[in-house]
Amino acid sequence: MTNQNQQAKNQESKIYWLDRPSSVTLVYRSIWVICGLLAIADFFYTHHPIFNFEKFPAFYGLFGFIVCVGLVLGVKELRKVLKRDEDYYDR
Amino acid sequence: MIADLPPGLILILGALAVPIIPTWARRYYMLALPSLGLLHLLTLPDGLQGQVEMFGHTLTFLRIDGLATAFGIIFLMATFIFMIYGWHEIEVLQHISALIYAGAAVGAVFVGDLITLFIFWELTAIASVFLIWARRTERAYWAGLRYLVFQIGSGVILLAGLALHYRATGSIAFVHLGLVSLGTTLIFIAFGIKCAFPMLHNWLQDAYPEATVFGTVVLSAFTTKLAIYALARGYAGTEMLIWIGALMTVFPIFYAIIENDLRRVLAYNLNTQLGFMVVGIGIGTELAINGAVAHAFTGILYQALLFMSMGAVLYKVGTVKASELGGLHKSMPITAGFCIVGAASISAFPLFAGFVSKTIILTAVAVEGHWLVWLVLLFASASVLHYSGIKIPFFAFFAHDSGKRCEEAPRSMLIAMGITAAICVGIGVWPSGLYQILPFPVDFVPYTTAHVITQLQLLMFSALAFSVLMRTGLYPPQLRSTNLDSDWFYRRLGPAILRSLRDTVSQIYLSALLRTHIRLQRFVATVYRHHGPQGALARTWPTGSTVLWVAVLLCVTLFLYYV
Repeated sequence: MTNQNQQAKNQESKIYWLDRPSSVTLVYRSIWVICGLLAIADFFYTHHPIFNFEKFPAFYGLFGFIVCVGLVLGVKELRKVLKRDEDYYDR
Repeated sequence: MIADLPPGLILILGALAVPIIPTWARRYYMLALPSLGLLHLLTLPDGLQGQVEMFGHTLTFLRIDGLATAFGIIFLMATFIFMIYGWHEIEVLQHISALIYAGAAVGAVFVGDLITLFIFWELTAIASVFLIWARRTERAYWAGLRYLVFQIGSGVILLAGLALHYRATGSIAFVHLGLVSLGTTLIFIAFGIKCAFPMLHNWLQDAYPEATVFGTVVLSAFTTKLAIYALARGYAGTEMLIWIGALMTVFPIFYAIIENDLRRVLAYNLNTQLGFMVVGIGIGTELAINGAVAHAFTGILYQALLFMSMGAVLYKVGTVKASELGGLHKSMPITAGFCIVGAASISAFPLFAGFVSKTIILTAVAVEGHWLVWLVLLFASASVLHYSGIKIPFFAFFAHDSGKRCEEAPRSMLIAMGITAAICVGIGVWPSGLYQILPFPVDFVPYTTAHVITQLQLLMFSALAFSVLMRTGLYPPQLRSTNLDSDWFYRRLGPAILRSLRDTVSQIYLSALLRTHIRLQRFVATVYRHHGPQGALARTWPTGSTVLWVAVLLCVTLFLYYV
């Protein structure tokens, strides 16, 4: 039991890398950088497109970004219709 | 006889002996059963074996071919891993139930005729419901009942279809059926229920998250993948499946994003992954079927891994609600790591299991020129990263610190997760091992520059979308809620209709009763008036008046006589 308490205390006192706002910003910025590099990489290899729209530069990246933003914003609206209290079926 | 013993029966018969095995040996015994089954399976030669004459039919318990073997191997592997995961579980009921359930699924994969398929099909339903009921809560009890209704219903429809099919063709062989008659259509629907087709799906999201920590993990592997196998066997190349599958990949996504219970998020996600496989089966080319089988194989592993990690969280913290969790990487770093491996696999990051199987399906769809379906699948791939790849680990282990502190998961759970994670990475790095056991020869290279770059682009830009939405606060918060799904129709609308029907009928009955009562009373009153003590017809008349009346009658007769 004391061991557990010790462990909990250690977890409490230790400052984790992700606790610092600066690290979170670093992660956030590196995602931007990786995306930029991947978009540029698109110009440096031979494509084997099956569909014509695949030829658009960074098609996959743009498609992924746009559908995800659209999806989340759409779901926020959907939630207004579908959301009920947690105990909806238990009442 | 031992030589052609079906591997599934090893598990089923072995499970029955579990209670009489001494406690210290029990766990090792339960690990030995799937191992034995797997070894036995690998020694069986191809072809039809284990045939039994019964009721004038030849029942085939063992048909060994590429398709069946691939599913048999993964089912037995999964059973082995689950038995390690359930090591901490002291309740024998769950172990027996899981072993019989897994055995029935393995058995069903190797049958050669529809009657034997029906037997195992129902056995999976009955054996598995105890994994839900073992949670011993009110919610689990009702969810289990609803689950049972769907599962048994699927079996009954299968039986009806089988009877019609036999009458039309005289054959009970479980071979390619196709949507050609009412009988085969019914069988298709029976498979569709277990496969969680749109609008037939909700038993899955309803029941799986209500099962025990161990139960949900076991449930995630067998029922739905058995249905995938059955569809691949009977309905490969059925065009309708392409559209059903495409729909299946998309609509659970919307629910998964707003769902709060993380095991329910995974159940929605399971539905999406099944959609990919169903599309593959619908395309029906050798490449596509290979893709569907490969995806079922990897899917069982990474989905189990994710369910195991969330099970560990539930086991230690007591809840898997996204709104209550966060910051658990401090308490459960190893579980968090395995969860991330599962998340990377399901999102199909290169070097992880999902990539080498999903890419086959996407290529097979593109090669056949289905551009719309292809875009839908691409949309689903991007979103899977979003709501499963990021949402699950992010809200459980990172996000804002919930202040919850606990111990790391038990060692047995960590070992089970570790093995699964290792296999996920192993398949991702060396896909040739997986490709060897697929039903058709594989001529496919997943690691081309184009595949890797385009997939990374898709995933990283989706991750970017998530980060941007998080940073700007546009991402919907995780709230305690219930979201309406198709179960609303039978949990709310159906009962409401029945209730109003009951009210209307009872009202009509009551008013009819009242009216009849009033009429009866009036009738009785009339009778009473005429025949009662004071009634004209009941009066006792004096003899004199009778004589008078007789005289009058005689006069009238006399008069009429003369006239």
